[in-house]
Amino acid sequence: MFRVGLVVNPVAGLGGAVGLKGSDGAEVQREALARGAVPRAGDRAAQAVRTLLARRPDARVVTVAGPMGADSAGDTPELVRLTPTPGPQESSAADTRAAVAALAAAGVELLLFAGGDGTARDVLDAVRELGDQAPPVLGIPAGVKVYSGCFATSPATAGFVAAGHRGDTAEAEVVDLDEELYRRGVVTPRLYGTLRVPAARTALSGRKAGSSGTAPATVEGIAREVVARMKPDIRYILGPGATTLAVGRELGLATTLLGVDVVQDGVLVAADVTEAELAGFAEGAVVVLSVIGGQGFVLGRGNQQISPRVLAGTGGLIVLATQQKLAALNGRPLLADSGDPDTDRRLSGHVQVITGHHESAFYRISPASEEYSE
Amino acid sequence: MSSAGESFAELPVKPKPALRRFHQARWDEPIIFELTNPGARGIAVPRPGAPKVELPQGVGRATPPKLPEMSQLHVLRHYLRLSQENLGVDFNIDVGQGTCTMKYSPKINDTFMADIADLHPSQHEDTVQGVLEIYAQLEKMLAEISGMSRVSLQPGSGSAAIYANIAMIRAYHEANGDGHRDQVITTMFSHPSNAACAKTAGYEVITLMPDAEGYPDIEALRAAVGPRTAALMITNPEDTGIFNPRIQEFVDLVHEVGGLACYDQANANGILGITRAADAGFDLGHFNLHKTFSTPHACGGPAAGACGVSEKLVPFLPGPVVDQVDGKYVLRTPEKSVGKIRPGLGVTPNIVRAYAWIMSMGAEGLREVAEIAVLNNNYLMHKILQIPGASAPWDKRRVEQVRYSWQELSEETGVHSEEIGVRAADFGVHYWTSHHPYVVPEPFTLEPTESYSKQDLDEYAAILAHIAEEARKDPEFVKGAPYNQTVHKIDMTPLDDPKQWAPTWRAYVRKHLSGKA
Amino acid sequence: MTHPYIPNAEPGVRAEMLAAIGASSVEEFYADIPASLRLQRPLDLPAPFVAEYELKRHMKGLFDRNVDGLSFLGHGTYPHYVPAVCDEVNQRSEFLTAYAGEPYEDHGRFQALFEYVSMMGELLEMDVVNVPTYDGFQASGTAIRMAARYTKRAKVLIASPISADKLSKLADFLTPDVEIVHGTEIDDTFAAIYLETPDVHGVVATNGRELAEAAHAHGALLVVSTDPISLGVLAPPASYGADIVCGDIQSLGMHQAYGGGHAGFIATQDHEPLVAEFPSRLFGIAPTAVDGEYGFGDVFYDRTSFALREEGKEWVGTAAALWGITAGVYLALMGPEGMREVGETILARTRYAMDALGDLVQDAEAIHFREFAISVRDSHGLLATLREQGIFGGVPLDDRTVLVCVTERHTIAEIDRLAAAVKEAL
Repeated sequence: MFRVGLVVNPVAGLGGAVGLKGSDGAEVQREALARGAVPRAGDRAAQAVRTLLARRPDARVVTVAGPMGADSAGDTPELVRLTPTPGPQESSAADTRAAVAALAAAGVELLLFAGGDGTARDVLDAVRELGDQAPPVLGIPAGVKVYSGCFATSPATAGFVAAGHRGDTAEAEVVDLDEELYRRGVVTPRLYGTLRVPAARTALSGRKAGSSGTAPATVEGIAREVVARMKPDIRYILGPGATTLAVGRELGLATTLLGVDVVQDGVLVAADVTEAELAGFAEGAVVVLSVIGGQGFVLGRGNQQISPRVLAGTGGLIVLATQQKLAALNGRPLLADSGDPDTDRRLSGHVQVITGHHESAFYRISPASEEYSE
Repeated sequence: MSSAGESFAELPVKPKPALRRFHQARWDEPIIFELTNPGARGIAVPRPGAPKVELPQGVGRATPPKLPEMSQLHVLRHYLRLSQENLGVDFNIDVGQGTCTMKYSPKINDTFMADIADLHPSQHEDTVQGVLEIYAQLEKMLAEISGMSRVSLQPGSGSAAIYANIAMIRAYHEANGDGHRDQVITTMFSHPSNAACAKTAGYEVITLMPDAEGYPDIEALRAAVGPRTAALMITNPEDTGIFNPRIQEFVDLVHEVGGLACYDQANANGILGITRAADAGFDLGHFNLHKTFSTPHACGGPAAGACGVSEKLVPFLPGPVVDQVDGKYVLRTPEKSVGKIRPGLGVTPNIVRAYAWIMSMGAEGLREVAEIAVLNNNYLMHKILQIPGASAPWDKRRVEQVRYSWQELSEETGVHSEEIGVRAADFGVHYWTSHHPYVVPEPFTLEPTESYSKQDLDEYAAILAHIAEEARKDPEFVKGAPYNQTVHKIDMTPLDDPKQWAPTWRAYVRKHLSGKA
Repeated sequence: MTHPYIPNAEPGVRAEMLAAIGASSVEEFYADIPASLRLQRPLDLPAPFVAEYELKRHMKGLFDRNVDGLSFLGHGTYPHYVPAVCDEVNQRSEFLTAYAGEPYEDHGRFQALFEYVSMMGELLEMDVVNVPTYDGFQASGTAIRMAARYTKRAKVLIASPISADKLSKLADFLTPDVEIVHGTEIDDTFAAIYLETPDVHGVVATNGRELAEAAHAHGALLVVSTDPISLGVLAPPASYGADIVCGDIQSLGMHQAYGGGHAGFIATQDHEPLVAEFPSRLFGIAPTAVDGEYGFGDVFYDRTSFALREEGKEWVGTAAALWGITAGVYLALMGPEGMREVGETILARTRYAMDALGDLVQDAEAIHFREFAISVRDSHGLLATLREQGIFGGVPLDDRTVLVCVTERHTIAEIDRLAAAVKEAL
């Protein structure tokens, strides 16, 4: 028996179809319904569940009653009780968190959740509280904003990945945008943390005699290259993200996932620093940044500590990204939004991006203000 | 006298359905070790006719190898059955293995193998003038086709040719006191062996990503070149089928900083007689004889590669090369040669086949090969893009192949490109996704070459259209493929588990059969 | 005339296809190629032989200019007998023209290659054998690089004579990651001792176990290059402690083909960290959805993505798979008895030829398999004299050394003829 938890954010995606760019908050949800939005998260979750059950007959869905789960969970789901019972057309962050906790307590081996980046953040919060007790999770894309790496590419794919889950997991980033700014045309992805997701591998892909074996670049490979390039007596400012965290790991240092850290000569000089503290370390330092979210931001999103004032004193910039991440930009530039247009312009142009061990690319950085100046 | 019995069908025979009702051979053949028949022999061996040599303890073999024991018919039958469980170029519309140029390998050229079977690579030149002439003439013809000064036919494959080119690049820079050049620049859609070979040779690899138009970003190249640049290694047309119109500027930029420009001509089939490596100023380049020049792919080799170089790199060519002196062909090692790439002079069976193929085409024929390969490709693209859910990023005409995407279909149905490929085989055709990493999402790469007819291309497109429709109606069904193959869906998971994996029969017996009844 | 290899060259079809696309001519498809790069003239190539018969005649004219002889040439390419069944199998269209299909429609290719590596495994007494690489040169180069990656060391000690050609390849291929040192003195900086047996002079090593112990005492590996056709009679290197075994399989059913019959093997025990260092493909058995069906696939495919593999890694590509399948056919035909017999015949006839050539033979007291060197006053002069009598007497290693090769194909009478001709010439 393979017990899979299911949590649906029934209002996820409500805002998208009616142009609201998100569904966070009860007011927006009421507005969306008023504009004629039809909830679709439930249908998308149901599609994933159908695929899961077809592929893995020994799977049993464990969920909560009503639109937060049971309505999408097939014929005979196993129900866990949740108090207080949520209203029929509403959900709140607290409900999502409570459901995740209840399903974890019920001992599910994997937890599927349907929603968007906002839902992913709620799940992340719950998972953090659960600590070691948290099951791996997988997102069914049903929101307006789906930029986080913890989502499958489609509901059907979520079902397939869940069915194929045998216990191996990988870390995937949770990012979200500020919806208020997003509605005004400002894309501001922010990295919130990472979730443990099934390590999905397509059993068939790439097993060809004709293809050449360039090893796919790994975060570890990138980290080793960065470390190999580090020079003595130079300070390095490590921005947030899983890739820069790997650099810390390669150095054997306890750097932070979400904070900005300073290292020098193999020593962690300061962890999770504020902008003001960072200004004191900036002179001559090399800034190491990864790409946040799917839009290509390297500055100004989740790393506001690395301010124009800090950047003015630094002595260099290293950008980290896998080839795949660069390719996903479809030729669009990396974006700098430090808050000061002059700083952004100074940083713009082609930079070397470390893509793996002994591997790099040259890629364009543009001031975000110029790319989004419609 | 015939007794007709009950009639159950009528003449005329009804027309065939739109798609072929293919089924691959399924012999349910055991592993050869299970066919052993103790005491049986497949072939007798000449006996010594001289005193036996006794071997000291530890030098001689203590226990006989556990090879199967079989009579000759049984060995033959086993392997002929296995042979039937393959889908070679001679059997299918082999347009699905893009970048590999799966063209027809003429049968007549295979018959020449018997004529060279017993020639030894160390035979004195006087005794192999015929085969040396084939080497010399093929070199001359490939030099004309590429515009390069000289060509080495020694490498055993395309990747081996790329490696030989890197070795020459390294030797050239060292000879010029430029040994500090430690970076090789390539592009995302160049064949990945360019990056892999450069890394093996110790170079740092810089990759240029495609710009919004699908061309490699020339501004990125401008930023990347410098005193550390050893070479640009670039495929053109790239694996997307798009020809880089600014290729000359790419070459010039690299030359300006003292680097060399090296042309991967794996995708040359569509430009034979149209444009040449030397015309864009390349210093080195290579052809895959098993792609463009028709030698068979042989389950993955033996293949053959040909490295062409400009005048200044001739002294660095792998040795020996074939020269003509006083009307006689002789072997000579160039003065600064990078040395031997492999035993002998090259993969001679494929040198002979490639020579014979060009001699059956001539200049006009090669030009026709290119034009029809390109026509076929654009025709197939026209058909594929009519299939809902299929697309080709970057709206432009292609040369000899196209990298397509099923992204739309995949998002709608959850069916992946790999799975469509397995289902395609149920209709008797090959299909391939693309090299990793996937830059184009849910990719597939079709390269129709000149060998396939319009009807073939129509059939192939109809198969993909049918599978796309199946994916929409019943994605589970597509994902459950194959249905008409030698074996059913394989569970690959044990292959990644050291406790379970069995790379040989003895490992399988040890891990899975020992101690079990 | 429409060329027989180009169906759509037929003008009517061509026009129909252009119309379907909406293009006026194929020129439109070349729009991205600038005029300055266009070749403005036809290629300057010989007039073709489009008629198949004319091509055949032309080729026969070329082949007739090659000369046959009684050949004692070896030195890496060997005149062993090729059973007819080997040719029958590898000339099948289904194998010859297959390439890179999935293990469904190309199940046969996977099974045949799995069986090849499995039979090699029995011969070598090792559990892991790769799908063939290009040739024995490449196999040695890769085996040494594997040892260097595994031990994270950058030197190899070459402990036996080695051919100049192979050394040239190794010197180039191992740059810049592995330094070659000749000799027998090992210390903790070496990744491996590299031994060839039989070596370039046909000498069978008797110090394998000592070398293995020396290597292991210093945390290094023993890499042994051997010819599998010798292993019906000679001890497999694994039995005296080799960690990686490699070599060429041309002797197992491939014609000499002027150097076109080569393919390389690499083998190890089933030790995960060492398996991780194979750059080549490894095929293994996997279950299918139906009981009693063998499926196949790549073992440990993701090993190439391991971070440590990114250092000094190698490429995978088209190499020499068909020769692997053929070697499998050969081993199945021979069986354990055939392999023993062919080894005994070669050993005995080699010794017979050495005795027949008497004092000229170098290292006469050593055990030789298939090859031995003779010392002469003028290699090239001797070989020219023999050639006039239709004998290819050996491969000149230098001006005064000739390498002579004897296999199961050489009769006692032919060996006597060589010995008499050599004595007369001297």
